Amino acid sequence: MTRTLNLRAGVLSLALLTAILLVWQVAVSGTAKTEAMNPEYAALMGATATTGKSAMPGPLDVAETIGKHLKDPFYDRGPNDKGIGIQLAYSVGRVALGYGLAVLVAIPVGFLIGMSPLMSRALDPYIQILKPVSPLAWMPLALYTIKDSSLSAIFVIFICSVWPMLINTVFGVASTRKEWLNVARTLEVGPIRRAFTVILPAAAPTILTGMRISIGIAWLVIVAAEMLVGGTGIGYFVWNEWNNLSITNVITSILVIGLVGMVLDQVLARAQRLVTFPE
Amino acid sequence: MSKLLPFVRRAGRTAPDTDQAGTRRMSTSEKFISIEGIARRYPAPGGKTTTIFENLWLPMRRGEFVCMIGHSGCGKTTVLNILAGLEAPSEGAVIVDGQAIAGTSLDRAVIFQGHALLPWRSVLGNVAYAVSSRWRKAPKAEIEARARKAIATVGLAGSEHKRPSELSGGMKQRVGIARALSIEPKILLMDEPFSALDALTRGTLQDEVRRICVETGQTVFMITHDVDEAIYLADRIVLMTNGPEAKVAEIVENPLPKDRDRTQLHHAPGYYALRNHLIDFLVSRSRTMRDAMPADYDPRHPPVVRPSLSEADAEAIAASTEPAPRRA
Repeated sequence: MTRTLNLRAGVLSLALLTAILLVWQVAVSGTAKTEAMNPEYAALMGATATTGKSAMPGPLDVAETIGKHLKDPFYDRGPNDKGIGIQLAYSVGRVALGYGLAVLVAIPVGFLIGMSPLMSRALDPYIQILKPVSPLAWMPLALYTIKDSSLSAIFVIFICSVWPMLINTVFGVASTRKEWLNVARTLEVGPIRRAFTVILPAAAPTILTGMRISIGIAWLVIVAAEMLVGGTGIGYFVWNEWNNLSITNVITSILVIGLVGMVLDQVLARAQRLVTFPE
Repeated sequence: MSKLLPFVRRAGRTAPDTDQAGTRRMSTSEKFISIEGIARRYPAPGGKTTTIFENLWLPMRRGEFVCMIGHSGCGKTTVLNILAGLEAPSEGAVIVDGQAIAGTSLDRAVIFQGHALLPWRSVLGNVAYAVSSRWRKAPKAEIEARARKAIATVGLAGSEHKRPSELSGGMKQRVGIARALSIEPKILLMDEPFSALDALTRGTLQDEVRRICVETGQTVFMITHDVDEAIYLADRIVLMTNGPEAKVAEIVENPLPKDRDRTQLHHAPGYYALRNHLIDFLVSRSRTMRDAMPADYDPRHPPVVRPSLSEADAEAIAASTEPAPRRA
């Protein structure tokens, strides 16, 4: 039953893809009216004005660009011409650093807050106020204090990843079942052993949910952050290609960003399944 | 054996018979556990306090199986939690083996109502967790051996690597029992351990618990709602009046012989008298007694009662002394 369902869903997906590609191709292949103009002016205006051809690339153009990128993803011809693989590596690297730092901070701090109802209440207003702040609003502050654009981007990733993880860790730790804690108490289990053998496994599914939300947000934010700080990264690449008016490259980047985001999410989804326990 | 018992026939309600004075007071040296004047109060709205119970005294002998019966809200679970050390009494103290208890202890194992197994650990993992808490420096092989032995005692050998989610309710509670037994506690505390199980499973588990406790001479304090469970398992049954301000109404000595068969229990002489006495208590006296305690009631020494035989018992004895073709 599920097999045929999967099969049917697959066929439908492919049909949708074909339809979209077809509509896309048809939509961009038409030509508009052209007006007679001064040839010098026409040269400046480019193909759209002179031939009436749409500046929007068709699927075949994009496929060709993707093919080119795949053939040589890691070339480096100066600061404004690096392969998409290198740009992605920069972005993933920044996310890994900022996010890793956030894990190191949010989980232990969340643990301590979650175990203490007093700290939980005392820190709640700060978390509630800082959580909804757009991470990019931190950028000027980061640039001013850190004085390094690349590190500032990492800081922005850190600050946007930290909240969901912190809140989920606090919640997961605080909602550890009382009966499990009582088991540990009757067995005279010390606080450190209790934290690692009872509270951590009990809270792990909730913590992983927070980590999964965070990686999603971090990957959203890195593109915007790199557009601001410039230099390297997939966000910078998108903006640079916009400045080059290379819509094909912009579309290619969108696909690649989506793909990497999905992989990151799936990695954490798998980790989440590993720590989830059936009851 | 029925001929040995004095046979007092009384119509209607069985009167408490406190003549057997030998059971009335427990000497200090006999007391293994002594609950001494404990109280538990909670703040109530309006600046008042609600007293669940106060001035509660209860002694227990070593190797004794004591059941506590009472309606919801009489503080049974609170008494058990205080014995376990999970809660502290507002007043009074509990003395175990000559020492006042302070907090939880590995000497007092708890079997929780909702099994409370750690779902991310296997059966073996759950029991081994308790064993390694008891013997912290024991080598891994010894911990596993002890855990396996406890699992085998409750009849779960072969299921060591299953997760709690793969077990039935009865099997989960068996693991809970194995976990409690594995640390070789001085006292076993059970909070309605079988209340969530179906009747058949409950019966077999009661048999297991009785067998294990008789074999090992385990001291047990158990809370139950089930009168038949108390009759089958307990040496003494503590009756609590309704809360708040619950009191130990009386301590009923179980007149049935130590050697009991659950399926033949209702044929045992004294069974009906005991059962009627307990049911009468739960139906009416648990309420009326709280409002009007007898004048000579001494909370330090609650009356000890041994119900005398009832009419139904007489018939049971008559039936059991006749050559019964079905049972022969």
